[in-house]
Amino acid sequence: MIANLGYGALVITLLVCLFGTGAAIYGEVKKQPRWVDSARNAMLLTFPLLTVASIAIITLLVTNAFEVDYVQSVTSRSMPTYLRVTALWGGQPGSLVFWSWLMALFASAATLRDWRRDREFLPWVVVVSLVTLAFFLVLIIGFENPFVRYWATPSGSVVTAMFQPNGTTLYTPFDGRGLNPLLRHPGMIIHPPMLYLGFVSLVIPFAFGIAALITGRTDDRWIRLTRRWTLWAWLFLSLGLILGGRWAYDVLGWGGYWGWDPVEVAALLPWLTATPFLHSAMIQEKRNMFKHWNMLLIILTYVLMIMGTFLTRSGVLSSVHAFAQSAIGPIFFAYIVLTLIVSLALLSWRWDGLKSEGTLTSWLSREALFLINNVLFIAILIVCLWGLFYPILTEALGVVGQWFPTLAHIFTGQKATVGPIFYERATGPLWAALLLLMGVAPLSAWRASTARTLGKAIWLPTAVSLVGIAAVLVLSDVRGLTALLALWLCMFVTAVTLFDFYRSAVARSRAHGTNFLVSLWQLAGRNRRRYGGYVIHLGVVLMAVGIIGIEIFQTETQASLKLGETLSLGRYSIRYDSLAEFDTDDNRNVARAVVTVFKDGEQLGELYPRRDFFYESGQPMTIPGVRSSVEDDFYVLLVNWQPISTQTATFKIYLNPLVNWLWFGAAIFILGTFVAAWPEREPAPVRESRRAAAAEAIA
Amino acid sequence: MTVKQTPLFLLVAALAIVGSFAQVGSVQAQDATPPPPAATPSDDEVNAVAKNMYCPVCENVPLDVCPTLACQQWRELIREKLAAGWSEQDVYDYFVLQYGDRVLAAPPPTGLNLLIYIAPPVLIAAAFYVVWQMMRRMRAAGNAVTAGSEMQPAKPKDEYQARLEDELKRLDRGD
Repeated sequence: MIANLGYGALVITLLVCLFGTGAAIYGEVKKQPRWVDSARNAMLLTFPLLTVASIAIITLLVTNAFEVDYVQSVTSRSMPTYLRVTALWGGQPGSLVFWSWLMALFASAATLRDWRRDREFLPWVVVVSLVTLAFFLVLIIGFENPFVRYWATPSGSVVTAMFQPNGTTLYTPFDGRGLNPLLRHPGMIIHPPMLYLGFVSLVIPFAFGIAALITGRTDDRWIRLTRRWTLWAWLFLSLGLILGGRWAYDVLGWGGYWGWDPVEVAALLPWLTATPFLHSAMIQEKRNMFKHWNMLLIILTYVLMIMGTFLTRSGVLSSVHAFAQSAIGPIFFAYIVLTLIVSLALLSWRWDGLKSEGTLTSWLSREALFLINNVLFIAILIVCLWGLFYPILTEALGVVGQWFPTLAHIFTGQKATVGPIFYERATGPLWAALLLLMGVAPLSAWRASTARTLGKAIWLPTAVSLVGIAAVLVLSDVRGLTALLALWLCMFVTAVTLFDFYRSAVARSRAHGTNFLVSLWQLAGRNRRRYGGYVIHLGVVLMAVGIIGIEIFQTETQASLKLGETLSLGRYSIRYDSLAEFDTDDNRNVARAVVTVFKDGEQLGELYPRRDFFYESGQPMTIPGVRSSVEDDFYVLLVNWQPISTQTATFKIYLNPLVNWLWFGAAIFILGTFVAAWPEREPAPVRESRRAAAAEAIA
Repeated sequence: MTVKQTPLFLLVAALAIVGSFAQVGSVQAQDATPPPPAATPSDDEVNAVAKNMYCPVCENVPLDVCPTLACQQWRELIREKLAAGWSEQDVYDYFVLQYGDRVLAAPPPTGLNLLIYIAPPVLIAAAFYVVWQMMRRMRAAGNAVTAGSEMQPAKPKDEYQARLEDELKRLDRGD
C-alpha cells in the first residue's frame, strides 16, 4: 500500500515534469503567459509529490517492511530509528529519490521568487529544472525503483517486481542486511545530504545561464540573480567535501582524510569549476568581461555535477564491463552528451552577443590575475579528469589489443591504478600557485595595476612573512624547501589578508571617528562579499596549514606488542595494556584494545582503538583511538591481535602534525561563506521601478 | 610584468608543471632503498613497500592499510621476499610480473602509460597558451580604445530605447 503510494507519487511527478516542460515551451513560443504560469505551478507541485515519495520510503524503512528490496538491503532490526531514516540515502535508489526531492525543493524555492523584473527567464528556468528532475525520475522509475518488492513463486523461488506477478505471494524476509557499517557515522549521515545540496543548488545558476542564452539577454543579470545561489551551492559542496574528509579520517582507518579515491575526485570536479566561476563572475559584474567564459564554466559545472553522480552511481569506476552491463550507465552518458551539445550549441548561437565590453588594460590587474586563477583551477581539473578516466581508458582500449593481436602487448586491457601519488605531485605546484595568487590578487586593483603599485602594496606583507619564516627556521627543526615554501605561502596570504582588514578598518575609524573594532565590524557589514571572501581565504590558509602538516610531516610506525610492551613515535609512545573481544546488541563483534599514551615519558591517558566486525554485512571496520591537540593528532590503529589469549596485538600509530588546523580552517571557511552569502537588501528595485515608470510614461 | 616577460613566465610555469609530472614517473626508482639486512624485516619496512602497492581486489585501498586477509598475506609475502634479501624494486617487479602494472600506485612510465604523464602537462600548457593569446588580444584591443571612450554608455540600440534613456535622464534630473 505505502509502496504503491510512493511509486504512484514518483510516476505522477514524472508526468508533471513532462507537462511542465511542454507547457513552459508552448507558453513561451505562443506567447501565452497562462501556460507559463501553469508550468510554474507544475514546478511547485513536484516538491509535495516527491515529499510523499520520500516519506513513503522512510515509513517503509522505519517499519521493518523487509518485503521491499531496498528496505531489506539497507536496514535491519537491530538498527536504531535515526539510522533507518538516514538509510534513505544509504543506497542507490533511495539516494536518487532524496536527490530529486532536494532538487525539487531548491527549484521550487527559486521559482517562488518575484519574477516581475525577469519574466523572460521564468519559462526556461522551469524547463531546465524540470528536465533535470525528469531525467532523475526516469532513472528511478525505470532502473532504480526503491519500491520493488519480493514475491515468492509457487516453485519456491523469490523474484523482485514492483507489482505482483501472476501466481505469486508477497514474501517478507525476517530481517534485513543492515546499513553498510561505514555509513553508520555522524559524518557520513550529514556528508551525502550536503554534497547533494551542493549539487542540486548548482542546477539553479545553470538554469538561469541557459535561460539567459535562450532569451538572448546577454547582460550580467543572470549572474546577479544567481550569485547567492551559487555561493550557497558552493558552501554546501565544500561542506560535503570537508565532512567526507572528516569521515574518512575517523572511520576508514588509514590515518588520512583524503585518498584521491575516484569517488572523492568525482565529487571534487564540480567544485573545481564552481570556484573559478565564483571569481570570474565578479569580473563580469565589475568589468563586463569574460561572458563566454562564465557561461562555459557554469555549463561545465552542471555537466561535471551530473558526471560526478554518474561516475559514482553507474559502476563505471570499478569496471567498464559493469558499466556496459548496467542500463543506468549508458542513459547517464547519453544525457551528459546531450546536455553538452545543447548547451554549447546555445552558447555558440549567442557567441557574438556575449562579447566582452571591457578590455584588459594590465597584466597585473585584478581581472588578469583572476583569469590566471581560473586557468590554474582548470589545470587541476584536467589532472583530475585525466587521472579519473585513465584507468577506464586503459581498460576500454583492451579492445584494440583484441582486434589487432600484434598490438596486444600495448593495449592489454588491464586497468591501471592511479593512486594519490599521481594527484599529489601533479596538483601540488598548482595548489601552491593558487595560494600565491590568493595573496597577490586582493592587492591588485581592477583595470589598472602596475608592478609599482602592486609592489608598494606587497612589500610589507612579504617582509612580515619572511620574518615569520625566519622564525620558523630558528625556533623549529622544520627544514626542506617544499615545507618552507608552503609555510611561507601560508604566512604571506595571512599577512596580506590581515593587513587589508587592518588598513581599511584604520582608515574607516579615522574617517568616522569610531574605534577600531567597531570600524572593522561595520566594514565587514558594508561589503560582506569582499570581507566574507577574505575570511574564506583565511580559512583556506588554515586548512592549507593542516594539509601541509599531514602531507609533509606525517610519520608512522607499526609493531606487534606483548602485554605491557611499548612502541614509540617521536615524543609519543604507547603501552599495550589489555584487549577484550565481545559481542554487542546491534550485531557487532568488537575487539577493543586499551593503550596508555605517554608524551616525553609523561602519562597522558588511555586510548581505545578497536575493530568492529559487522555480522550482517560481514564487514570489518577499524576505529582509531585519537588524541587531538592544536599541535598534532596521535592516531592509534588496532591492526591485528592474537585471538583468545590476546597476549600480543599489532598497532599502527600515526603522528599527524597540525592536522586540526584543517578542521579549524574549515570552520572559518564556512563562517566566511555565511558572511559573503548572507542576504542583504538589493538597492536596485528603486531604479528599476523608475525605469518601469519611464517606460510606462512613454507607452 | 611587461608583455615581453609574460611568455617567459608562462614557459617557466609550463616547465615547472612538466617537471612535477616527471617526478611522479620516477618515484619508484627514488624509493628503492638498499636491501635490508637478512634479519626479519620490521612492519615498518614492509609497510614502506606496501604503501606503493594496491591489490587487484580491494579497490583504492593501499596495501599497507588494507585490513583484508588477502592483503595481510601479501604483506607477509613482501616480508619473506625482503628477508630473502630482495630489494624494494625486486618486490615490485615480482608482483607486476604476477598481477600486472595495476598493483603499483601509479603506472610505470613506459609504453602506453607514458600518456598519463604526458597528456596533462601538454593540455595545461595548451590552456595557458590559449589564455595568454586571449589576454594579449584583449590587451591589444584595450590599447586601441582610448581610455575615455570606455566610460561612455553603449549606443542605444533603437529609437524606443533612446527615448527611454532620455526620459530616465530627465527623471533623474527631476524634470
